[in-house]
Amino acid sequence: MLSNVRTLWMVFLKIFKKKVTIQYPEKKAYLPPRWRGRIILSRDPDHNERCVACYLCAAACPVDCISLQATEDENGRRYPEFFRINFSRCIFCGLCEDACPTYAIQLTPDFEMGEYNRQNLVYEKEDLLIDGMGKYHGYSFYQQAGVAVGVKPKGGGEKEDPPVDVRTLLP
Amino acid sequence: MNIIFYIAAIVAFVATVMVVTRKNAVHALLYLIVSLLAVSVIFFISGAPFVAALEVIVYAGAILVLFVFAIMMLNLGANSGKEESKLLKPNAWITPAILSLILLCELVYVFINYDGASVELRVIGPQEVSQSLFGGYMLAVELTGMLLMAGVVGAYHIGKEKKREYHRYLQTNENS
Amino acid sequence: MNEILVQILIIVGVLLGTVTIAAGLIYVERKMLAVWQQRSGPNRVGPFGIFQVLADMVKIFFKEDWIPPFVDKKVFIIAPTIIMLSILMSFSIVPFAPGIVIADLNIGLLFFLAMSSLGAYTIVLAGWASNNKYSLLGGMRGAAQMISYEVFMGLSLMGVVIQVGSFNMTDIVNAQKGLWFVVPQFVGFVIFLIAGVAETHRLPFDLPEAESELIAGFHSEYSGMKFGMFFVGEYLGITLVSCMITILFFGGWLGPSFLPPIVWFLIKMFAFILFFVLLRAALARPRYDQLMSFGWKLLLPLALLNVLITGAVVLSNA
Repeated sequence: MLSNVRTLWMVFLKIFKKKVTIQYPEKKAYLPPRWRGRIILSRDPDHNERCVACYLCAAACPVDCISLQATEDENGRRYPEFFRINFSRCIFCGLCEDACPTYAIQLTPDFEMGEYNRQNLVYEKEDLLIDGMGKYHGYSFYQQAGVAVGVKPKGGGEKEDPPVDVRTLLP
Repeated sequence: MNIIFYIAAIVAFVATVMVVTRKNAVHALLYLIVSLLAVSVIFFISGAPFVAALEVIVYAGAILVLFVFAIMMLNLGANSGKEESKLLKPNAWITPAILSLILLCELVYVFINYDGASVELRVIGPQEVSQSLFGGYMLAVELTGMLLMAGVVGAYHIGKEKKREYHRYLQTNENS
Repeated sequence: MNEILVQILIIVGVLLGTVTIAAGLIYVERKMLAVWQQRSGPNRVGPFGIFQVLADMVKIFFKEDWIPPFVDKKVFIIAPTIIMLSILMSFSIVPFAPGIVIADLNIGLLFFLAMSSLGAYTIVLAGWASNNKYSLLGGMRGAAQMISYEVFMGLSLMGVVIQVGSFNMTDIVNAQKGLWFVVPQFVGFVIFLIAGVAETHRLPFDLPEAESELIAGFHSEYSGMKFGMFFVGEYLGITLVSCMITILFFGGWLGPSFLPPIVWFLIKMFAFILFFVLLRAALARPRYDQLMSFGWKLLLPLALLNVLITGAVVLSNA
């Protein structure tokens, strides 16, 4: 009984406290960089698409909102022919970002993507692809691993040794 | 004032007839409430405001709410309407109808032979009611109180949680 | 002729005033709840959001007034009107200032009790007519709660009645010229306050509606204006109970003479309305059996003791 009165008094004293509301459209709340919002596809430092169309994101997606089709350019480098995310299904869980081996697909701190027409929520590759590198600066998948597909010669990566010439006896 | 009296009387009469003839129990109770309210209006304009208020508080406000409450709990389905219509057969209502008819005849007789001397109308306040309750009608009030007390004790006895009897092997579970 | 005109003016004024206050409470409650929860509350429609009331009313008037096919149609329609009627009737005995009262009945207080006891029907009938499990549960809870708390409400007022020796509201106010009844009748005041919250089924005693367990209870099936009637009826109930507390325990319109009596009345009334909002902001809903045992095991003996002691004191002074 007395604790109820105490509660009443403490709540009453809240009159003199500052409001915690942020008036949203005028003022924006701080969103941390790793906030899980609108999904983008990033590019590597050489301005090539990072995505290698490995389908891991589509496989990881619990609501099956990602669909893509892999293809290869003249050097044999894989890239998605189309890459489509249906944001009316997306639950922004971030599993695609976890699954991506090349840091291509990333979630950004942006949530203001309301639409009047549901069809407008289906984002194509040109809507998803950005010019920058997103959260991972200077990372290029093909400089770390992978076969020679026109980005680098065989064994020319950052942590790679040149290939051993098995036809010579010299060390 | 006479007009109000007649309006209230007609409302009470019609509502009471509806109470008897409705097949849906809740609808019948609603008409009963209307009838009680009309009677309380009659009490009010014939100089007994205290009784009128008590009629609304006790009958319309408390007892009939409990009636509605009980009928709500019974969950009468569509079949109850058919069963109700069986009750409206002549052999069910003929005896009470005859008794009521005798009463009606008496009432009409009294009205016809009424010599016309107007009853003195005065307002009886709460003080007078309570003085007569705890003065002249002391015994009746006390007896009613005893009856109600018996009712309360009986309700408590019925509603009391029964002590469960367990087999002696299970009694340790009960204690823990 | 002139007197009749004044009477009609008072009636219209009281009706419009109370309904306006009740509608305004929609805004006041939302704003004050926000203040007590460190939020902003409605602030988009007009300056400080004061036109939120209008927006809400427009919304509720233009909503589809849908009657579900499985309900008992007549009772379904009657139920929400009962609460409006009974509470608006109760306002007729409230003396706002000397002379400003619709009907100065000599059984004013009993009339208030009678009307508030009729208010129980609105919940019971709405719950039953909706033909819905949750609504029925809400209706049952409402019936039991309101009948129980009526008892304590009536008994808690008897102390005041014994001290004044009258059921007339104007007499009750005039008897408080020396000392407000909140001092000698403090127990009665507390019980009346709690019973008043339970009678208007406001939070923390909103068990008949209990959004989290009964999905709005007795008015789950209601929409549009019929829901609006429950809504406004609840606010009218708050206003009425605040008026009654002001009159019975806080000296009604009495106060220092630098303000007119009606202003004093309104100030006290609004203080209690704000207290009701504070109750909603601060307290959690009790469990149903806790509510009932609190009433019958604590409030009833207290109210009876209060009546007994007041009666003994008045008798020994006489």
